[in-house]
Amino acid sequence: MAAKQEQVKVLGKWPSPFSNRVELALKLKGISYVYSEQDLSNKSLELLSSNPVHKMVPVLIHNGIPISESLVIVEYIDETWKSNPFLPPHPFHRASARFWSKVVDDKCLPALWNAIWCDEKGREKAVEEAMEALKILENEIGDRRFFGGDEIGLVDISANFVGYWVDILQGIAGLQLLASEKFPKLYKWSQEFKTHPIVKQALPPREELFAFFKSRTA
Amino acid sequence: MANEVVLLGYWPSQYGMRARIAVEEKGIPYEYKEEDAWNYDRSPLLLEMNPVHKKTPVLIHNGKPICESLIVIEYIDEVWNHKSPLLPSDPYDRAQARFWADFVHRKVYGAAKRIWTTKGEEREGGKKEFIECMKLLEQQLGEKPYFGGDNLGFVDVAFVPFYSWFQVYEKFGKFNMEAECPNIIAWAKRCLKKESVAKTLPDQHKVYDLAIWIRKKLGVE
Repeated sequence: MAAKQEQVKVLGKWPSPFSNRVELALKLKGISYVYSEQDLSNKSLELLSSNPVHKMVPVLIHNGIPISESLVIVEYIDETWKSNPFLPPHPFHRASARFWSKVVDDKCLPALWNAIWCDEKGREKAVEEAMEALKILENEIGDRRFFGGDEIGLVDISANFVGYWVDILQGIAGLQLLASEKFPKLYKWSQEFKTHPIVKQALPPREELFAFFKSRTA
Repeated sequence: MANEVVLLGYWPSQYGMRARIAVEEKGIPYEYKEEDAWNYDRSPLLLEMNPVHKKTPVLIHNGKPICESLIVIEYIDEVWNHKSPLLPSDPYDRAQARFWADFVHRKVYGAAKRIWTTKGEEREGGKKEFIECMKLLEQQLGEKPYFGGDNLGFVDVAFVPFYSWFQVYEKFGKFNMEAECPNIIAWAKRCLKKESVAKTLPDQHKVYDLAIWIRKKLGVE
């Protein structure tokens, strides 16, 4: 008997780590999908009607029904397609994974982004905060291969910016943020992350990402 | 194994109220410990249990800490899954509940804070955004008695604590909630009929007095 035809579509923006989280999640589950690149300066009707509240990417449209907010989408994907789970079975460890995803989203990403794009005046303080954020993750990863243990989990997916984008952007900013001497365990994790056979197919090409963000510096 | 549950909270905090409503809804016996957020000497217990953020609420279950209010609600729902489900079972409905709880957590909180901690244009901006959020939430509620449907759900627990702050927003923002979003007021009063909510939400006047004190401390006006 033929499996029910799933229609999965992603509205995204290729340089966005938030958009990338969704594609990572789908690829890790082996789900085929259609990708539609969005122009955020001229938002499509499809985007506006699928995410009327925030009008942002990413949006997952599953059998015609939209879901928004990258981490909400990743948990939806995990609950809908049960192979290769992103969350462990025990409630305490699930809560811990959700907590660390939130730390990445609320604390680490803004601190790193700010340090990279900050002007000279606020640079020192911004870099200090970014280093504190990386230290927190360094302490958390410990000797594990991934935050999810032996396999990629929710926290690894959430931290894609740390695992891939930071290395490229820090070069543009002329900063040394995620350095192996300062954060050996987190650095090792970032190497495991970006060389993972499925993840590396899902990440945007390095040169293109570099060029895209370099062109944003005046 | 005996279930030992301790909840560290701060009485006017919407985040702490969420965790408290959830444990009360589930009928879980627990010990509540008050942590004064304005006392910068955090208790050793809080520092040990939430070293990353040093903030409440923290749910301590058999000695193990769970932090972040929305994560605490999901944890409680997964462990005590025999009664009063707070999240629906269908993945799409769960995604919707998480989306709207996140909306309340980030957008509503941010806009509301601007109303009472800033002045002038920034305050007006906060008020405008807050009212827009309320109208979106009214639309989302629709004809349902609760966001969770027939009973309190994830979004109700995430949002109803804001009711105790409505007088603060009204007085500083100079607007009337009942006039702007009557269905939200009706929904909140319906929630207050639930013992878990009535027991948890502090009196609006008490919260207002605290807000005045905080504004003085922050040097606003």
